Amino acid sequence: MQRKAIFNNKLLPYLLLAPQLAITFVFFFWPAGEAVWYSFIRQDAFGISTQFVWFENFTDLFADPLYHQVIINTIIFSVSVTFLSMAFALGLAVLADRHIRGKDAYRTLLIWPYAVAPAVAAILYIFLFHPDIGLIGRALKGMGVAWNYTLNGNQAMLVVVLAAAWKQVSYNFLFFLAGLQSIPKSVLEAAAIDGASPLHRFRTVIFPLLSPTSFFLLVINITYAFFDTFGIIDALTKGGPGNATQTLIYRAYVDGRVNLDIGASSAQSVVLMIAVMALTLVQFRFIERKVHY
Amino acid sequence: MAEARNSIAAPMGMAGSNPRADMITHFILILGVLLFALPIWIVLMGSTHDAGTIGRGDVPLLPGAEAAANYGAVWNQGNKQRAGVPVSTMMFNSAIMALLITFGKIAISIISAYAVAFFSFPGRMLFFWAIFITLMLPVEVRIFPTFQVVSDLGLVNTYAGLIVPLIASATATLLFRQFFLTIPDELVEAAKMDGAGPIRFFKDVVLPLSATNIAALFVILFVYGWNQYLWPLLVTTSTDVETIMIGIVKMLGSQGDTEWHLVMATTVLALLPPVAIVILMQRWFVKGLVETEK
Repeated sequence: MQRKAIFNNKLLPYLLLAPQLAITFVFFFWPAGEAVWYSFIRQDAFGISTQFVWFENFTDLFADPLYHQVIINTIIFSVSVTFLSMAFALGLAVLADRHIRGKDAYRTLLIWPYAVAPAVAAILYIFLFHPDIGLIGRALKGMGVAWNYTLNGNQAMLVVVLAAAWKQVSYNFLFFLAGLQSIPKSVLEAAAIDGASPLHRFRTVIFPLLSPTSFFLLVINITYAFFDTFGIIDALTKGGPGNATQTLIYRAYVDGRVNLDIGASSAQSVVLMIAVMALTLVQFRFIERKVHY
Repeated sequence: MAEARNSIAAPMGMAGSNPRADMITHFILILGVLLFALPIWIVLMGSTHDAGTIGRGDVPLLPGAEAAANYGAVWNQGNKQRAGVPVSTMMFNSAIMALLITFGKIAISIISAYAVAFFSFPGRMLFFWAIFITLMLPVEVRIFPTFQVVSDLGLVNTYAGLIVPLIASATATLLFRQFFLTIPDELVEAAKMDGAGPIRFFKDVVLPLSATNIAALFVILFVYGWNQYLWPLLVTTSTDVETIMIGIVKMLGSQGDTEWHLVMATTVLALLPPVAIVILMQRWFVKGLVETEK
């Protein structure tokens, strides 16, 4: 899309674009290109000679049972976080959309976790679930549950899922609330006059009308679980115990920054780029469709 | 039967003529609010107790007497046992980082959106797409090579290294461009007839009209900047430029000899600035969030 009334300067637009483009090229395109290049290269142990190995880094990666586990971890983690945070948010939004007193106060009291950093959310959850100093952790132990997320992989996964979902509920809540408020009241009244019960109305009228919002949030939440939860995992479990809470991003970080395995880390970067491109494309396809509604 | 009638008269989202349903609604919402706030409450109360109380695992839910001692200790000395950085220094570093990222992103995005929306020049769409594509390249997917570029430029352990690579923003550029396209042509024509050039027009018309969008972006970007974790972890190794997010996770250590009461006080300080901004600027925040994602 282009406007009609336009200024005619020749040089000025380039000057205005220069800072953004400079940063984009130096810190985005150049490193992304390097990641692709490194993913086809292997260095010897001393970093003296490099060799072009075609897809060997990728075949090695996908042959590695550890990477299989990391993929499974990521799927379990993302699906759980997405489902939990969306379900809670939808429930709260439906209630907060009712015309009740103190509506705005509830909204304020439900949106602030958005501002809590992933690393801080993790620490808050330590104080809930730590086996020795956590409120719930100690209660569970008191009830005879063998609770220790620092030793038990499934428990560790549960805690990182809860912390990540808790942080994301506010975001989903705001979008569901906006979605609910845009449903014309006349539609609801018509359904009510036809004698549909509240539950039936929700299932047959409200939920379908919310589906664009839900689909959009689905993509956003998966993206969040994939890419924005590094701090939660690093502060809570460091990917452990064992590799039980290592996700794709966490693995790429461990290989790249800790193990300094450039080939493996770059191959993972390329895999992640493809994932993020797919998610972005899905998101924009959907928005295009929504525009034509 | 009477109840069914009642709920027909008051469908969801309509005036509450059903007191019982309203009560249940309030009850569940309050439960939700409390559930959300519980972890914060624990940390807030815990931060006012001494090391022994927390270490024993008592999890106090009421305030203690050590607030001044704990907050004073972390603010001035950090985690002394671990030769940590004072929290005041880390908060300062985080504030510098968050504010410069916020203003940097807003500034370079608004001018690039202005270029794309109000000028016609060769390569316009190419540049626009170049900016747009960065949406698909978050730092998380190019960890190692980006670190290498920053290291080659000698920016490791500097504010510049922390900030500059993060201030390109496709989202902000898209938002401003979308908004600029709604500015009526007549306004541009009128300005041109009055002899105003593009810079005058930007300063006197576009910038004031963008105030709401800038406020909305300010909230979202400040939270983004303050909460950064992976990037500072990659590009800082010295304590001079340590941000609060890195410092607080360091304080946890291996969790064997952690000074939990100090961690709690630091947690409260670390989450205060972004939470305060979101709550105080709620109106712009909600608008900004719902609009940038569209």
